[in-house]
Amino acid sequence: MNWTPELGLILLLALPAIGCAGILIAKNAPNVRDLINLTMGTALLVNVIALVNVVGDGARPSLMLADIGGGLSLQFTLEPLGALFAVLASGLFLLNTLYGIGYMRGNKAKDQTRFFAFFAVAIAATMGVAAAGNMLTLFVFYEILTLSTFPLVAHNGDAKAKRGGRIYLGILMATSIGLLLPAVIATQVFAGSTEFVAGGLFAGTLGAGIIGVLLVMYTFGIAKAALIPVHMWLPNAMVAPTPVSAFLHAVAVVKAGVFTMVKIVVYLFGMDVVRDSPVAHWLAVLAAITIVVGSLIAMTKDNLKARLAWSTIGQLSYITLGAMIATPLALMGAALQIVMHAFGKITLFMCAGAVYSANHTTEISKMKGMGKTMPLVFIAFFIGSLSIIGLPPFAGVWPKLLLFMGMTSEGDRWLILALIISSLLNIFYLLPVSVNAFMKKPELPVDDGDIKAAKPPVLTVLPPVLTAIATLVLFFMAIPIMDYLRPVFEGGS
Amino acid sequence: MILESVVSSGDTGFAAILSNAAALVVVIPLIGGAVAAILGRGRLAWAWAVLCVLASFILSIVMLSVVLDGGTIAYEMGNWAAPLGIAYKVDSLNALIISLVSGMALLALLFGLPTVEQEIESKKQAMFFGIFLVCVAGLIGISITNDAFNVFVFLEVSSISTYVLVAMGASKNRQALTASYNYLILGTIGATFFVIGVGLLYMVTGTLNMADISLRLVGMGDDRVVRAAFSFIVIGLGLKTAMFPLHTWLPNAYAFSPSIIGMFLASTATKVALYLLIRFLFSVFHTGSSFEAAMFDFVLAPVAVTAMIVCSVQASFQPDVRRLLAYSSIAQIGYMLLGVSMGTAAGLSAALLHLFNHALMKGALFMAIGLAGLGLGVLRISEMRGMGKTMPLTAAGLTVAGLSLMGVPLTAGFVSKYYLVIAALERGWWWAVVAIVVSSVLAIFYVGRMIEAMYLHEPAKHADGSIMKVKTPIMSLVALYVLVLANIWFFFDPSLPLGLADTAAQNLIGGGGS
Repeated sequence: MNWTPELGLILLLALPAIGCAGILIAKNAPNVRDLINLTMGTALLVNVIALVNVVGDGARPSLMLADIGGGLSLQFTLEPLGALFAVLASGLFLLNTLYGIGYMRGNKAKDQTRFFAFFAVAIAATMGVAAAGNMLTLFVFYEILTLSTFPLVAHNGDAKAKRGGRIYLGILMATSIGLLLPAVIATQVFAGSTEFVAGGLFAGTLGAGIIGVLLVMYTFGIAKAALIPVHMWLPNAMVAPTPVSAFLHAVAVVKAGVFTMVKIVVYLFGMDVVRDSPVAHWLAVLAAITIVVGSLIAMTKDNLKARLAWSTIGQLSYITLGAMIATPLALMGAALQIVMHAFGKITLFMCAGAVYSANHTTEISKMKGMGKTMPLVFIAFFIGSLSIIGLPPFAGVWPKLLLFMGMTSEGDRWLILALIISSLLNIFYLLPVSVNAFMKKPELPVDDGDIKAAKPPVLTVLPPVLTAIATLVLFFMAIPIMDYLRPVFEGGS
Repeated sequence: MILESVVSSGDTGFAAILSNAAALVVVIPLIGGAVAAILGRGRLAWAWAVLCVLASFILSIVMLSVVLDGGTIAYEMGNWAAPLGIAYKVDSLNALIISLVSGMALLALLFGLPTVEQEIESKKQAMFFGIFLVCVAGLIGISITNDAFNVFVFLEVSSISTYVLVAMGASKNRQALTASYNYLILGTIGATFFVIGVGLLYMVTGTLNMADISLRLVGMGDDRVVRAAFSFIVIGLGLKTAMFPLHTWLPNAYAFSPSIIGMFLASTATKVALYLLIRFLFSVFHTGSSFEAAMFDFVLAPVAVTAMIVCSVQASFQPDVRRLLAYSSIAQIGYMLLGVSMGTAAGLSAALLHLFNHALMKGALFMAIGLAGLGLGVLRISEMRGMGKTMPLTAAGLTVAGLSLMGVPLTAGFVSKYYLVIAALERGWWWAVVAIVVSSVLAIFYVGRMIEAMYLHEPAKHADGSIMKVKTPIMSLVALYVLVLANIWFFFDPSLPLGLADTAAQNLIGGGGS
């Protein structure tokens, strides 16, 4: 059978499903199991890259999964934004799997089969979100993603993990059933469909009031984008093992949230409609507040993963901000931020996990001087930090630049202040971690030197080094990525 | 009203059976019940009951297929022509209800054998299955007959057998006796109200045939006696339907009855009562009258919305799993009443669809809880701890049915809620949409409590620290998964219930029942 784009769309779900089955079957042979997992990840990435090329040539492969009647259907249609998200998620998923295998083995974690099986379901759901052709389909996979990551968040099974898992599931389900689903149904009722079309469904048909209400329902219904006040699930999900945190923060969950945010602005509301909506203005202000507050709270955290979590809350709102400003440039910046932040943040998380695997340190204040025992980890952390802060020649600079440029053409120029403050705060809360690891002397007594000298497993060091290098490479690839996305933002405005 | 017999009568035995299907579907379980009671041994009686219910189910499917082809089935008992004789009628409204009752009875029997053997003393088992068959006959009878007084007879047949069946839970928990007694008192009041209403109608129209009553009621919508009859019938059936605030008998009746009965009643009894209410509201009375319209807007709709919210809140705080499900049922009946109270074809269709879907999800939930009770002695949510490990298949089935109850896409629950929302918007009832959303969020909470207990808490362990694995009877599991898969199937292809519900709603609203 020859590969066709339609087959490729099926494979987005089929490959993880086969992988999941293989993982469960090979549960008693960890080596075979992990090999199956990696093979699945590789095959998925190859498949996605093929799809990306097809989409880049201007095709929009489409596949009807189920026609439910009453105007409802589950359907895939891949467009550049989704293709980019798919390749990002599947690429980082492969690295993260590699890392996860190293981490789980290094920490002798329990229930590894269940762990990787749910990972496979979650990546299938992420692919579904990326390829969804209408909002109902996207919603379905959004929910599957929530449900399949819940056992991962609560994996450790102790009281803290359960509490974190409960908050994670509670907030995400309550907002999605209570706000997002009604919004999807309202979209269906008002527009007669939930299909993603260039220029949006609502242009010229709905009053500003209803547009505003819908926009609010969507923005807070997509709690995965972690806008204040629906952000609390994120810090609480920190109880998860580090590969899960990396998956939540960089590969799939939060990225699925902000991806959905960009998608509804571009393909449901239409950029012009959002730009003209006064409600979008206030949501942009809220996003700016989230950016600053997230960074401020991050500064107060001594637990490295908690600090990174709050940092993510701030960094995600860059995307929401860009989506609410809704100029083509700002949205381009938002789309780039999805990619660039993913690489930066996954580097940081993997480094945090590597340190933990080496000597079970989680507090930043205790990491002083560790740069000497694990230089690669902290160099990677340093590079990741620079990328998040937005310094050239690292990937993170591009989205910030585009957001700046996109916002100067709009009324809310003062919101740029939020970006500047946030960048400064990023410097304060990220750089000291790696700088102190190299410059300061270890505080702990010498007889602890034995633990200090412990090296992280190779598989937990290699992936962050690779992603750190990728942030450098992506700095030079930003222009091709922008060219790839250009049809999305120029078609609609 | 055109009564047309589609099933042609022929000489062969098979054709004779088919032409009498409308009668046999009731008569087989009714007579079978008496036979089962004298069979003496539990398993033999069970096998006999399965056989009777299976026959009834096949006949109802045959009739369903006739209705799907666009026909209606009319049957005259003893060849006494209506309106004098008792007429049975199967149309798009009740064809699915009859199949639902017989199908659920079949699944209940397949599921319930091990639970009955555990919960009921062996010498009473044959009697139990006998009464169960009588109850099934009563429920099917209510659904199929077109004679108002015959409805009352079947109502009593099913009710009295239900009181006995609920009371049979006493060998497990003595509270079943008070639950049954409460149900008996309230159920009898409900039946009395209903029969008073029917009496008043007879006084005004001089007939008991429902089609005939409807014809003679034309233009009498403002007659005081008709109004009184309407009120008596709505209240009486409201009690049977567990319409808020007439629902107080239901939680204990479901919670303390044997597992198989809780499951069967939850998925059929209130549904049949609701069907009857719909039949009277739309096909006997005339929706055009201002009195009825006022009843819809100012009594039924507020009551429905209150049930949806208040009972969902109550469900959230129940420690007993089956009481939780029971309160959820009352809230879900609120959804159906809301659809009915819209008085539009879209609303009625959504209500009928939800009636069908809710039977699927509640049936599955009660089965799963029954299995948990069988394997682990589960009664309270706190006792469901770790079921994800000890009974993984049951727990997974329970989770899917629970998601359907919340109305998550990929499950049937989503489809009916979706059509309900659409119908509410069509009617301009924004507040109803808000109530649906609030109630769904509450459902996340109470279903979430069960899911949390099953998957987030440590299971019971043996002394050596290994997890207690519980064996689940395979036949029960198959019955459970038939319903679980149906919950998913009817998301992807809701055309069967939806098509029938649409046709029925069009007939009832469009033709005004005349």
